[in-house]
Amino acid sequence: MKGSGVRGQGSVGVREEGRAAAPTPLTALENRHLLGIAELSAEEIRLILDTADAMKEIGERPIKKVPTLRGKTVVNLFFEASTRTRTSFEIAEKRLSADTLNIAASASSVVKGETLADTVRNLEAMAPDVIVMRHTSSGACHLLARICRARVVNAGDGTHEHPTQALLDAFTIRQHKGRIEGLKVAIVGDLLHSRVLRSNLLLLNKLGAHVVACAPPTLQPVGLARMGAKPTSSIDEAVHEADVVMMLRIQLERMHGHFFPSLREYYRLFALTPARVRRAKPDVIIMHPGPMNRGVEIDSDVADGPYSVILAQVANGVAVRMAVLYLLAGGSEGAG
Amino acid sequence: MLGSTIDKNTAMKLLLKNGRVVDPVNDRDGTYDVLIEDGIVTRIDRDAAVDAGVTIFEMPEGAVICPGLIDMHVHLREPGQEHKETVATGVASAVAGGFTAVACMPNTSPINDNASVTELILDRSAQANLARVYPIGAVSVGQKGEQLAELAELRDAGCVAFSDDGRPVATALLMRRALEYAGMLGLLVVDHCEDPTLKGDGVAHEGYYASLLGLRGIPGEAEELMVERDVTLAGMTKAAVHIAHMSTRGSLRAVRDGKARGVRVTCEVTPHHVTLTDEALVDYDTNVKMNPPLRDAADRDALIEGLRDGTIDAIATDHAPHHADEKAVEFDHAPFGIVGLETCVPLMLDRLVHGGVISMRRFVELLSVNPARLLKITGGSLAAGQSADITVLLPDLEVVVDRAKLQSKSKNMPFDGWRLRGGVGATFVGGRLVYCNTGVPALAAWTRNH
Repeated sequence: MKGSGVRGQGSVGVREEGRAAAPTPLTALENRHLLGIAELSAEEIRLILDTADAMKEIGERPIKKVPTLRGKTVVNLFFEASTRTRTSFEIAEKRLSADTLNIAASASSVVKGETLADTVRNLEAMAPDVIVMRHTSSGACHLLARICRARVVNAGDGTHEHPTQALLDAFTIRQHKGRIEGLKVAIVGDLLHSRVLRSNLLLLNKLGAHVVACAPPTLQPVGLARMGAKPTSSIDEAVHEADVVMMLRIQLERMHGHFFPSLREYYRLFALTPARVRRAKPDVIIMHPGPMNRGVEIDSDVADGPYSVILAQVANGVAVRMAVLYLLAGGSEGAG
Repeated sequence: MLGSTIDKNTAMKLLLKNGRVVDPVNDRDGTYDVLIEDGIVTRIDRDAAVDAGVTIFEMPEGAVICPGLIDMHVHLREPGQEHKETVATGVASAVAGGFTAVACMPNTSPINDNASVTELILDRSAQANLARVYPIGAVSVGQKGEQLAELAELRDAGCVAFSDDGRPVATALLMRRALEYAGMLGLLVVDHCEDPTLKGDGVAHEGYYASLLGLRGIPGEAEELMVERDVTLAGMTKAAVHIAHMSTRGSLRAVRDGKARGVRVTCEVTPHHVTLTDEALVDYDTNVKMNPPLRDAADRDALIEGLRDGTIDAIATDHAPHHADEKAVEFDHAPFGIVGLETCVPLMLDRLVHGGVISMRRFVELLSVNPARLLKITGGSLAAGQSADITVLLPDLEVVVDRAKLQSKSKNMPFDGWRLRGGVGATFVGGRLVYCNTGVPALAAWTRNH
């Protein structure tokens, strides 16, 4: 941050300066890490989605494997429990022929008092090419990127970002709608604590969608409008004429922070029910990043109904993560 | 550091020659010579005749001679956290920053809630023999907010004020009693204002940037509620309360309203709250994590206005050293606070004086006159007969902040590499040259003089 005053550039690692204007079409990402959607341009997002189209095809072959990352080592470093995201990354890595290593770090080093920096330096000594990290603290991936040589992929940091989730959501929307620009997207649920919300808001705004975000005022972050969403506490208003409805998980423990009185009341005011789905466009798609609380934020009839693309999201996650890994680590020179 | 090498030769006469003396208490602002004999200011004159045996310190062009700066809010960490700072390194940092005196907060380990801890701090300070150290005692035993500490014993041991800093005085009842009791002793209660339930486990100012970055928020209202409580209780008890490191426009409004109706309320702000905003969070640099947190631009601008219009009484650094290892962690887990003693003068000269917000006279009031008056300690004036605690400022010095050159044991601050206009030339305590900025060619000769 030397001399830069308030706002340091380049803390996210190597942001090359003086580089010539990107050729058209774009073929590579500018940053060597994927820390968040915040660092991606609209063009880079489209590149990832286009690459994911090609990757999806690999998953439909009888032999679902290409040698792109052969000889590369990818570490999945998870400080927070995750089944869906971790397995999705792992399958993506395997389909690209990378050597993968899963570390559930919460139970091991942290308990012994080792810092994140030391944990990472120890991993680095084994020369991984990519570290995919999930962590309970916002900004942990930025810290990681500052201290390690490997490329960092953020698999969710605290309540900050979950970029591959937003990318797979965008991929799914594009798959079903053919576009993102101009769509009305309603995001409903625990906005305050959601990294999925933050990444999606950034992405959807960059690609020109209109976002309405719905939660009780207690679960709306300060500055939500400035973050690019029209805030509301009425799910009926949010869902009205929506092209896409994205539901976010409500965590039971939030009741103890006085965010809402009970799950029963939350359901009454904010759950996506079949009646509420009827307020949306006839070809609406219903999304959820999982894991779902059936009967809390979403009715089973909706989750399993004809408008739901929730399982398509999961399937697309693999293709999108393959695309990200390929773009970050798949170049023949491997540098950047 | 020159302090330790100076011996009985302080019984000499010194003449600070041809400097701009800024001494608000004696309404002096002009070019003068200051004569110091046996550690005491004896004469302030124009073109004083020079006797034999007087050591002359010729002031560089533009130098300002002012009563020694006083930082009424620092953390020296001793006893108990000597890996962050000691009294010795803390006062070395103080004099390098132009401060001739500091008041240190009681949140040491053990807490400074009894005379033996106060005496240990004063003993360490006497050994270091650089800046004067004025301990601030705890309001409550163990700073737990349950029972008043023995405030009279603390005063007799050398404490100059009382605070549970690091946390607020917990309840309205305890605050009422503390104000009444400290009022009997004639000493100030300094309160770190925040409603603990509203603060919760927040780590950054609750605003757009914290939302964007997914950091748990601390609303400005958490501070304001308790400032309003304290102003109300100060009015009730007729005692004096001082609001530490005030950070929001709502707090400022509460203080302004209190002053307008005659309540004995005063307040301080830190250089970092005047300089930075929560936008600095975007890199998750743990060196911008402090409590109170960096607020938004409207709050920052209001504080600057409060400095201009006189509502704010003092600038204090809240110097809070932390070891590099403690800060090299996730933002959530890093401790709050930054060091500030050595960046205060350059930041405040650059932003406030050169920025056209305040005059040099007001600068001296905020950093010397008012802290001395509030804590009822020596200093804040250059009248004949006063102890020669003097700071020489070089308002036009080009300063590049360099973390590696800090005298403080800890280097946790976000200003590394900043280019600022204005710095410290030299620091005299009791007529002794305890710091000289040898990077300035015109001052290099001074160290040989002495």
